[in-house]
Amino acid sequence: MALSKKDIDYIAHLARLDISSDEAPLYTEKLTRILEFIDELGKVDTNDLLPMAQSLDISQRLRADEANVSEDRDLYQKNADVISQGLYLVPRVIE
Amino acid sequence: MTPLRLTIAEMSNLLAAGEISSTELVKDCLSRISEKDDSLNSFITVLNESALIAAKSADKLRKLDKAGPLTGIPMAHKDIFCAKGTITSCASKMLANFESPYDATVVERLSNAGMISVGKTNMDEFAMGSSSETSFYGPVTNPWNKSLSPGGSSGGSAAAVAAGLVPMATGTDTGGSIRQPAALCGITGFKPSYGRISRYGIVAFASSLDQAGVLALSAEDVALVMQEIAGFDPRDSTSADKPVPNYRASLDQSVKGRRIGVPKEYFNEGLDSDYADVIRTSLDVFSQMGAEICEVSLPNLSFAVPTYYVVCPAEASSNLSRYDGVRFGYRAENPIDLEDLYKRTRSEGFGDEVKRRIMTGTYVLSAGYYDAYYLKAQKVRQLIAEDLRRCFEQVDVLIGPTTPTTAFAIGEKIDDPVKMYLNDIYTVSANLAGLPAISIPCGIVNGLPTGLHLIGPQFEEARVLNFAHCFQTETNWHKFLPGSERN
Repeated sequence: MALSKKDIDYIAHLARLDISSDEAPLYTEKLTRILEFIDELGKVDTNDLLPMAQSLDISQRLRADEANVSEDRDLYQKNADVISQGLYLVPRVIE
Repeated sequence: MTPLRLTIAEMSNLLAAGEISSTELVKDCLSRISEKDDSLNSFITVLNESALIAAKSADKLRKLDKAGPLTGIPMAHKDIFCAKGTITSCASKMLANFESPYDATVVERLSNAGMISVGKTNMDEFAMGSSSETSFYGPVTNPWNKSLSPGGSSGGSAAAVAAGLVPMATGTDTGGSIRQPAALCGITGFKPSYGRISRYGIVAFASSLDQAGVLALSAEDVALVMQEIAGFDPRDSTSADKPVPNYRASLDQSVKGRRIGVPKEYFNEGLDSDYADVIRTSLDVFSQMGAEICEVSLPNLSFAVPTYYVVCPAEASSNLSRYDGVRFGYRAENPIDLEDLYKRTRSEGFGDEVKRRIMTGTYVLSAGYYDAYYLKAQKVRQLIAEDLRRCFEQVDVLIGPTTPTTAFAIGEKIDDPVKMYLNDIYTVSANLAGLPAISIPCGIVNGLPTGLHLIGPQFEEARVLNFAHCFQTETNWHKFLPGSERN
């Protein structure tokens, strides 16, 4: 199916991406091409099939509830641009 | 300087015999990188200092008789593996300044085995690509011909091994990202079963498909490295808790009387005719060793790539939502509010192909489209896995080409995503079904290498390596490399 500019804006918003009006036509064209390609799957009869989320025949493993000290906040926060007193800072969200 | 193409096995013997030191090997690697990598662009980071320090320690260990088979042998990690204290960029502007606070399990295990990382290799951004052109650090070139792509996404690892800069490099394979570049660069590339090697510390792309593996000069070298990195890791919730066999020990088993399946769909249109001839000749090699060649069918093969390009972007869009400019990675300047921070950080930090895959994934998971695309693809994935399971009731391994063509020109496919995606036609099924698979060099077409692709049943890594090794004892294609005396 062909995507419209409105579709692209909506998907970009859901993905938290800014797509400029200059870029939009190229994204529209390429995503439409990709969707046409994956639309091929509509031809497959999948009525009796269970969805396959992953390839291993295992269920979620549980671990023992043991306390361990592995976090090193200062080390991890070295990779953050803006921190203060051990906190990550973001633009104000509450007026 | 040491000969250009020493394998890990050869290096290990020379080190054990005291005929060479680790310091010499590492110095040679570093000088080759500085001499050749300007044109290849296969490395993002070169670890001159730490590699030489590690080499000296390895030489000391050897003097104390505490060296293992891999102690002191140089190698490189794809820049998707976290290595403590080094930049792990994933070839993205988003992580260009990310200094990993910890080691990936693969990095830790190879370091414990004494291997020495001389650097981090270039790749497609976030491993999204089949040409190593989407890197923030510029494209990697193919050592056979610098105007060609080495394939991707582990193109830096493949080019570095093929050019003789390192004897081995790690890679990751989500849809063919180890095997396709190995084929296009004329080396051996192995992706084990999903769950065999821990994903801990590997930057996540598509979590149900990602698997680490090895790019090297022979199946024997792959076996030596696999012995160290395979096995259960409690830090990866999908790590398989299964015993690891001795991979080296089973390499020499005869293939006589064993059955090789050749899916008839592999030879349909799309496969270059000269490439097809090389594959048939390679099958004859196995016949001469006493293996039986049987025709099998993978009726849903043509749906594998479309399935992959729903499942993979869906998982990627979810995984990459973590890049928000807050805790690590690139952060946009002067955001006016939180949404502006998110949107500009992600738009400025990600490249085009990554954004395209995030958008595709977001779309197929969005309200109203989830059932039609994502759920549908998960069901077709089941069908593809069932086809493969059925084949393995009849045969020991499946064999075919790794790619439809030899290496293509840089720029040739970058503007047509679907054309680029079809590079993965022979490789993605193994990821969808979680099976072990290898690409080994099998001939030359128009001066360029081709890859023979072998797939085994789940967790039968030893069998795949055994078949590959037998082929490499009968042929010399794995010794045929760019710049080598035989080329």
